[in-house]
Amino acid sequence: MAHQILQYMLSGLSTGAIYSLIGIGFAIIYNSTGIINFAQGEFVMLGGMLTYVFLALFDFPLPAAMGLAVVLTTAVGVVFERLAIRPLRNATPLSLVIITIGGSILIRGIAMLQFGKDTHAIPAFSSNEPLTLAGATVLPQHLWILGITLCIIAVNRFFFFHTINGKAMRACSHNRRAASLVGIGVKRMVLISFAISSAMGSVAGIITAPLTMTSYDVGIMLGLKGFCAAIIGGMSSGIGTVFGGLLLGVLESLGAGLISSGYKDAIAFIILLLILFIRPQGLFRKAETERV
Amino acid sequence: MLKGNKNLVTYGMLSGIVMLAPLFFAGGYLLNVLVFVGINTLLAVALNLLLGFAGQISLGHAAFFGLGAYISGVSTATYGVNPWAAMLLAAVAVGLVAFAIGFPILKLKGHYLAMATLGFGIIVYIVFNETVDLTGGPSGLSGIPSFTVADFSFDSDMKNYYLIWGITLVAIVLSANLVNSRIGRALRSIHSSEVAARVMGVNVRLLKVQIFTLSAVLSSIAGSLYAHTMTFISPTSFGFNFSVELLTMVVIGGLGSILGPLLGAGLLTLLPEFLRTFQDYDIIVYGLLLVLMTMYLPGGLASGFTAMCARIRSRFSREVVKNAQG
Amino acid sequence: MLRVEGITQKFGGVTALSDVSFSVAEGCIKGVIGPNGAGKTTLFNIITGIYAQTSGSVFLSGEDITGLAPEKLAKRRLVRTFQNIELFCGLTVLENVMVGFHTRSRSGVLSCSLKLPGHLKEEHAIREQAMACLEFAGIADLAETPADSLPFGKGRLLEIARAMALDPRIVLLDEPAAGLNSRETAQLGRLICKIRESGVTVALVEHDMELVMDICESIVVLNLGRKLAEGTPREIQENPEVVAAYLGEG
Repeated sequence: MAHQILQYMLSGLSTGAIYSLIGIGFAIIYNSTGIINFAQGEFVMLGGMLTYVFLALFDFPLPAAMGLAVVLTTAVGVVFERLAIRPLRNATPLSLVIITIGGSILIRGIAMLQFGKDTHAIPAFSSNEPLTLAGATVLPQHLWILGITLCIIAVNRFFFFHTINGKAMRACSHNRRAASLVGIGVKRMVLISFAISSAMGSVAGIITAPLTMTSYDVGIMLGLKGFCAAIIGGMSSGIGTVFGGLLLGVLESLGAGLISSGYKDAIAFIILLLILFIRPQGLFRKAETERV
Repeated sequence: MLKGNKNLVTYGMLSGIVMLAPLFFAGGYLLNVLVFVGINTLLAVALNLLLGFAGQISLGHAAFFGLGAYISGVSTATYGVNPWAAMLLAAVAVGLVAFAIGFPILKLKGHYLAMATLGFGIIVYIVFNETVDLTGGPSGLSGIPSFTVADFSFDSDMKNYYLIWGITLVAIVLSANLVNSRIGRALRSIHSSEVAARVMGVNVRLLKVQIFTLSAVLSSIAGSLYAHTMTFISPTSFGFNFSVELLTMVVIGGLGSILGPLLGAGLLTLLPEFLRTFQDYDIIVYGLLLVLMTMYLPGGLASGFTAMCARIRSRFSREVVKNAQG
Repeated sequence: MLRVEGITQKFGGVTALSDVSFSVAEGCIKGVIGPNGAGKTTLFNIITGIYAQTSGSVFLSGEDITGLAPEKLAKRRLVRTFQNIELFCGLTVLENVMVGFHTRSRSGVLSCSLKLPGHLKEEHAIREQAMACLEFAGIADLAETPADSLPFGKGRLLEIARAMALDPRIVLLDEPAAGLNSRETAQLGRLICKIRESGVTVALVEHDMELVMDICESIVVLNLGRKLAEGTPREIQENPEVVAAYLGEG
């Protein structure tokens, strides 16, 4: 039993890491624009699918295929911001929700037409030999996922706290008007936030594809769960969301293993609703007085 | 008074068109599609009350539709309840569910509300799939009886067409009345400024929950109609995609317009039938329509339609003036 | 009529108001003035239930109304306007005022959607009374205009007409003259006096000194979240502390 629980927790941590990456993507865009980008999940899908396409159809080596997939997905994110988000500067949250949903349907639809409806796998980054860790088996890919996630989070943190663009983006998230008054190009920051988010999303999609496979419609669920992670973390683009993702991954994995695998996906949404109802500011944040 | 007459004319024409339409498609496949247009219009009217007038988004309305259909379906097919009674039972049950979740869910705004309703929708969808003993799971539930009145059974597309469109037209008229009453004004005031509505004495929280409940009950009725017309239901009809499709109908038809839901539901239900040859493209068409309409025609088809009528009318009257002068 | 006692409000570490007390006598026009950041609007937000204060209480005709929600205050006939006018876009001018009758009308969902006779009668009465409010504010000719196409000055008048629809005992006006030109301000001054003459108590936050000195019977001066002075316009004008605060010598 104890071994089993450890096993669930380990695999939960690696799915959780994926959710964290996606969630941080949500948070970065939300903090710089106030938009929940419903198309976030599609960036994740594009990461995995494009890697597969470069590998299978063009015979690229794996690292090159992955790199190209990230670059292309980032380009899609930037184009999306330019065409659909930027022209709508003063839109209501309602039309922003609708437009990002429209964008996500569009991206998904194009992916379906281009790449078909089949489910594809991409090879693991290294061997498929399971390792044994304190009685639980771990695939090397799990370690890749955790390692890459850690690296990205570290780079992310460095960017936000030690580079001029990162600091400017943090300024924007605190007060957009004040930021623009001190000469920060808010529009450029929004563009950068879409670029970073789509890049992070695509990486999440790539590193999980060897384990969970990929197809044109994986983006919906992964995106929603990433959002759930970000909500648990109080929409922080840092450590809060990382914990949120890991917590969600572990709970989901334990729930699937110990209660019922059919309801696995429901767990994330029950947690989402509970948090939104009880602590909409996230688990780790104090409530703020809303100023009218 | 004038306005009242104009409305009567509109409703009269609408009912006329609806009543006569089957004569042209009697028994054909298109009649079946028009039955769906009726059901989707009812759903769009329901969602429009919430989204178009009160300004509260829901990405989970397919769940209320599905709950209506499943409560109707299971209680009649499995437990032999009369379909009309089942429809009532479903409406009451769904109303209670909506009222209960309405309080916590409608405390949220904008994006958060969208995500919470979406989460609710997905949970309900998963329950439809997993409670196999009750719902038949992914393979669906069959053998749902049709509506009957004494010996008369609503067992053909034609009969169901009139039943469904009758209810839908009544719903359109009633919702139009509601929107132009004190309750409708309060709803529309919430949409524009919640804080000012509260200062005016509108109990915003309660009113939002009430309209959410009303909208859910109408969706549930649409679900029951669907179940007893189709006699077979499966979870795929009530998933996230259908919630998005409903949203698209309301947005394309025109948020907060009375006839918008009809236009939106009509277009989105008929379009795939005409695009049948490009089947897979319909998803792209949805996405494009959503993005482009929000960006370039935020008032939807209904406002485009009104603007077009106004332009034609003004051109016409100008010409009349010109002729009179000449 | 209205009494506030020991209102203190803190936002995080910032004290926006500390221990502010004063009262508004029935049937008078009370002005609340002070330099920017003095806490005037915050005070109104607390009285009208939009913020919850850190401590202190508010009484309306002796009844403790501390922390009551705006919709509950509307039932007690306390109403306010906003500094950046909050009109209901998408409704006509007349409909905006008709929303003000919400608390005093009863028709339910069923009666409204079926157009039952009771509802029609009520609707008719509301419409007439709302027209009367528009006439009171001098904008009856705009009744069928969409509210979002009103010029700013008319929007102000509409907000006041809408507030009057609640048949209030007291109206709180948050910077009613902000953004108005001098002709509109004079018109506004006459309207406020008319409100008082109809038996409604008025409290207003205002920067336009001429208007305040002209129409208010009594004035409270706030500075940096504290009450600096209270008295008649003449007393306030002659108070050296007030003069210092305004000239920034404090």
